Amino acid sequence: MSIYDGLKKTFWGPTIAWKRLFTRPVTIKVPEVYREAAERYRGFHVNDWDKCSGCSTCSKICPTDAIRMVPVDITVESGKKAQRPAIDYGRCSFCAMCVDICTTGSLNMTREYIHISDDPGTFFFLPDETGIHHDIPPMGYSRDENSELLDLERVVMKELPGEERIDSFIEFVKGYSREQAIAEAARCVDCELCVEACPVNMDIPRYIESVFHDDTEEGANWIYKTNPLPSVCGRVCTHKCETVCSIGNRGKPLAIRWLKRYIMDQEKTEDVIRYASNGEVVKKACGKVAIIGAGPAGLSAAYYLSLMGYSATIFESKALAGGVMRYGIPRYRLPDEALDKDIKVIESLGVEIKCLTTVGKDVTLEEIRDEYDAVFLGTGFSKGRSTGVEGVDSEGVIMAIPLLEKIRDYLRQGDGEKPPVTDSVIVIGGGNVAMDAARSVARIQKMERNHIDVKVTSLESMEEMPADLEEILEGKEEGIKYFPSRGPKEVLLKDGKIYGLKTIACTRVFDDDGRFNPRFDESDLSTIEGTMIIEAIGQAPDYDFLPVEIKGEIQFIRGRILVNEKGQTALAWLFAGGDIVNGPDIIHGVADGHRAAIGIDEFLAGVKK
Amino acid sequence: MSKEVKLFIGPNHPGMHGNASVHLYVEGDTVVRSRLVPGFLHRGFEKLMERRTWMQNLALIPRICVPEPDINEMVYAMAIEALTKVEVPERAHWIRMLILELARIASHLMALGGIGGSTGLYTMPNWTLADRDLILDIFEKITGARIYHMYIVPGGVRKDLPEGIKADILKLVDYIEGRSEEFENLLLKNRIIRTRTKGLGVLTREDALKLGISGVALRATGLPNDLRKIAPYARYDHVQFEVPTATEGDAFARFTLKYYEMGQSLRILRQIVEKIPDGPVNIRISEGSALRWKVPAGSVYAHVESSRGEYGYFVVSDGSERPYRINVRGASFPQGLYGIEKLLPGTRIEDVALWLATMDFCPPEIDR
Repeated sequence: MSIYDGLKKTFWGPTIAWKRLFTRPVTIKVPEVYREAAERYRGFHVNDWDKCSGCSTCSKICPTDAIRMVPVDITVESGKKAQRPAIDYGRCSFCAMCVDICTTGSLNMTREYIHISDDPGTFFFLPDETGIHHDIPPMGYSRDENSELLDLERVVMKELPGEERIDSFIEFVKGYSREQAIAEAARCVDCELCVEACPVNMDIPRYIESVFHDDTEEGANWIYKTNPLPSVCGRVCTHKCETVCSIGNRGKPLAIRWLKRYIMDQEKTEDVIRYASNGEVVKKACGKVAIIGAGPAGLSAAYYLSLMGYSATIFESKALAGGVMRYGIPRYRLPDEALDKDIKVIESLGVEIKCLTTVGKDVTLEEIRDEYDAVFLGTGFSKGRSTGVEGVDSEGVIMAIPLLEKIRDYLRQGDGEKPPVTDSVIVIGGGNVAMDAARSVARIQKMERNHIDVKVTSLESMEEMPADLEEILEGKEEGIKYFPSRGPKEVLLKDGKIYGLKTIACTRVFDDDGRFNPRFDESDLSTIEGTMIIEAIGQAPDYDFLPVEIKGEIQFIRGRILVNEKGQTALAWLFAGGDIVNGPDIIHGVADGHRAAIGIDEFLAGVKK
Repeated sequence: MSKEVKLFIGPNHPGMHGNASVHLYVEGDTVVRSRLVPGFLHRGFEKLMERRTWMQNLALIPRICVPEPDINEMVYAMAIEALTKVEVPERAHWIRMLILELARIASHLMALGGIGGSTGLYTMPNWTLADRDLILDIFEKITGARIYHMYIVPGGVRKDLPEGIKADILKLVDYIEGRSEEFENLLLKNRIIRTRTKGLGVLTREDALKLGISGVALRATGLPNDLRKIAPYARYDHVQFEVPTATEGDAFARFTLKYYEMGQSLRILRQIVEKIPDGPVNIRISEGSALRWKVPAGSVYAHVESSRGEYGYFVVSDGSERPYRINVRGASFPQGLYGIEKLLPGTRIEDVALWLATMDFCPPEIDR
C-alpha cells in the first residue's frame, strides 16, 4: 500500500486553520501576565549565608566555571571560611550541580524565569536568601536523595568486635585496605576547611588526593612536611580536622585519621626516613639545643631543629622515648611498633635521645643551660589529680596515669610487675584517660579472671562527658558500666579494705558561662560497689625539676607556663610547649614543637650575630 | 549552453536547521553540484568532553542537539553503565523511556513545523511549536528545565517523577491526539504540499545503506529499521508499538512517517503511564563524591533511535576521572555531509530547503 493512500488529498482541508481566528491565543502576554515556573525549576540561585561554610565545592563542580568564591566581610566560626559563592550568569548553564553537591544544603534555586537589567554588573551576582531580585523568591530546585552528588557514608573500618577485642591488648582497629582507602579518599571534596582546623595545618587534602591516586609515597611526603609523628597521629589524634570536615555537615566526615594511618602503614621505615630528610631543610644552621622530655612536643621540636641543622639532644627520664604515647595511651589504641617507627625516623636525622636521664637528679638544668645554646621544655602532664574526698588516701585508691604506665610496662616486658587490678573496679572521671584506664583494666580482668566488672562514674552526664563518643561506645561494647552525673563523696572502707564509693547526684557541671562549676544534690545518695578505685579526673604538670630561681623568673598561669607566640618563656634561652603550655593533646604538642623550633632558630640567629 | 551559477544557502539557519552553509552550483533552476561547508556550529564538544569530569559533561552533552537533547544523556548514561557494569533500577528505565518519547514527539513536531517553514505554510510551525511548548511544560515539571534537562544520569534519573505528572501526561496525549485532524488537513492532505513533495528527493535503499543513512529516510524505503525494535534499550521490549514504513522513499513519505511515528509515541506514552513500576529511580554508580568519579577503563558504543535515526556515542575510558575520548555518531551525519553532495543534485533550488528538512539535516551532529 502506498503512503499516499493513507490520507486522501483535499482541497478545502487547509481552511481548517481559519477557525483558529475565533479562539483565544495560546501565547502569554509577558510581562503583563506573570508566570511562575514549575516547582523544580532551575532558576536563579539563593544561598543561606548562615548555613554556607564557604567550602567552595560548588565552584569546583561547576561545569562552566561560573562560580567564583568571593571574600566577604563577615565573622565566621571555626570550620567555616569568610567567602561565599558568586555566580556569573553570563557563564552559568543552570545545571544545578552546585545545588546537588552543596555540602551544607545552603544553595538552592528559585522559580524565577527572568532577570532583566541594563547594568551588566547585576549578572555577576553574590546570592543570599533574598535572591537576585532582593525579594523573597519562590523556591525552586533543591537537592534530594536521588540527586545527591556527595558520598555521605564512611567506608567502614574493620574492627574486632567488643567481645573479641577485650581478650587482649591487640590493636583492634585493623586499618584500611588499598581499595577501602581509595574509596574513602574519593569522598573528599578538597575544601581545605580541615587545614585551618588542624593545629599543625597539615596539607590534608593533598595527602588524601595522593591516596586517591594510589600514590602513598607522595602522601607520606606531604605528611612529613608538617607532622613528624604521623603513625601516632594516624591512630590517636583528636582529629579536629574531622570535626570541621564539610562532608560531616550532612553525612559522616572523612576518616582523615585513618587515611593518614593507611599511608604510613604502606610505607616502609627506610623509605620514610628518606622522605623525612628530604623535607624542607630551612637552612644549615649550627648550634646545640637541649630538649627535656621525649613526648610529642619534644620529638617534634627535635625533628624540626634537626632539619634546620641544629644538633638536638633529648633528655628523657623514662627507659623509652615517647612520653604519653609510650606510657599513657593504651596499647590497643597505639601499639609500640607505630610509635617506634616515628621515633626511628626522627632519630635517623641525628637526634640523640638520652633515656633514663632525669633532669634535676642525674643532671641539673643549670648544667644543661651551660652546655647548650637553648633549652626546650616539653615535660607534659605526668602527675594525676586527686578528688581529695574522704578515704582517698587508703590503699586500693590509685591514679590513672601511673596505672596506665604500669600496664604498658607489664605488657611490654611480659614478666614485669603485675598491675594491681581487683575483680571490681571503679573509675572516677569522664575523660579519655578515664576511658583508657577503664578499658585497660577491663582487659586485664578478662585475661586473668574472665570476668569484667568496671564502673565509670563521672560528674558529667552521658552527653556532656568529655571523652570521645567512640571511646564511650566502644567501652560500652566491651562491658563497661556507666554511672554518669554522680559526684564522689566518700571511699567506703571496712577493715581497711575498700568496698565501695559513696556518691551524690551532680545536678550541674558547668555554669551559665560554660565554666566548670559543679552543683550537687546532697540528698541523692547512692553507693557504687567496688574493691578498687582509680582516679582519672585530670592530669597536672610536675615542675620539681625546675630550680627555684628559674621558677621565679618564668611566669605561670593556672599551672601552665606562659610563653610568647614563638614558644619562648620570659627567659630568652628557655622555650616550652606541649601539655605544660596548651594542655593535653598530642597534635597541639607537635604544633608547639614546630613553633618553638622556629622560635629557637630565630633566637639563636640573633645571639650569634 | 546554460551557465553554471554558484549560490549559497546559509550559513544562518538554512530553513529550520542549525548553522551550516550549503554551496549550490545551479544551471537554471536545477542544482547540478552541491557541497556542505560545515564548521559554523563547531563548538568542539568531543574535545571539551575530554577536559571535563564525567559528571561535568552532563551539562555539556545535551547541547549537541537542541530539539532532542535527551538522546545525548541517554547514550552517555548507557555507555557509562556498560563500562561500570551497573544495572539501572526498573523504574528508571520506564522514566527514561517516558522522557525519550516525549522528546521524540517534541522533535517530530518541530520537524513537521519545518516542512511548513520550507514551503511557506507558516501556520504549521506556529501550531507545532505551540504544542511542543506543552511538552516543554511537562519537561519543566519533571526535570526542572525546558530545553536542557540534564535529567537522565548514569545510574538512573536525577529525581523521581513529581506528584500528579501522570495526569498531566495523559492530558497532553489526549490533546495532541485531538490535534490530528487539524495537522492532517493542514499538512498531510494539503494538495500543494503533496504536489511539491511527491517524488522529491527520492532515496533508494541501496544509497541509504551505502551511506549509512538511518531513521525515517531509511524506513521510507521500506526497511523497518528501528533500534527500539532491533536492539531494544530501556524497556522498549515491554511496550507495544509499530514501526511505520513506506516504499516511496520521497520527501512526502519521510515526513508522513514522522507523523505516524508521533502516533506510536503517544501510544507508548499511554502504556508507560499505565505500566510504570514503583521503586528507586537510580543507584550509585561510583564511590565517592561526583568530583572524584572514575569510570573503569574500556570502550563501548551505545546507541539509541533518535527522531532522526541512529544516534550513538563511542566512549573510551582510561579509568580516570575524565573520558579519554568520546565520538558522537550524529544521526544525520551521513545525509548531511555525503548526502548533500551525492543526493541533492537534480533538485530544484526552491526544493533544497525542503530536501534538507525532510532529510533531517542537523548541523550540530556534523559539527561536534
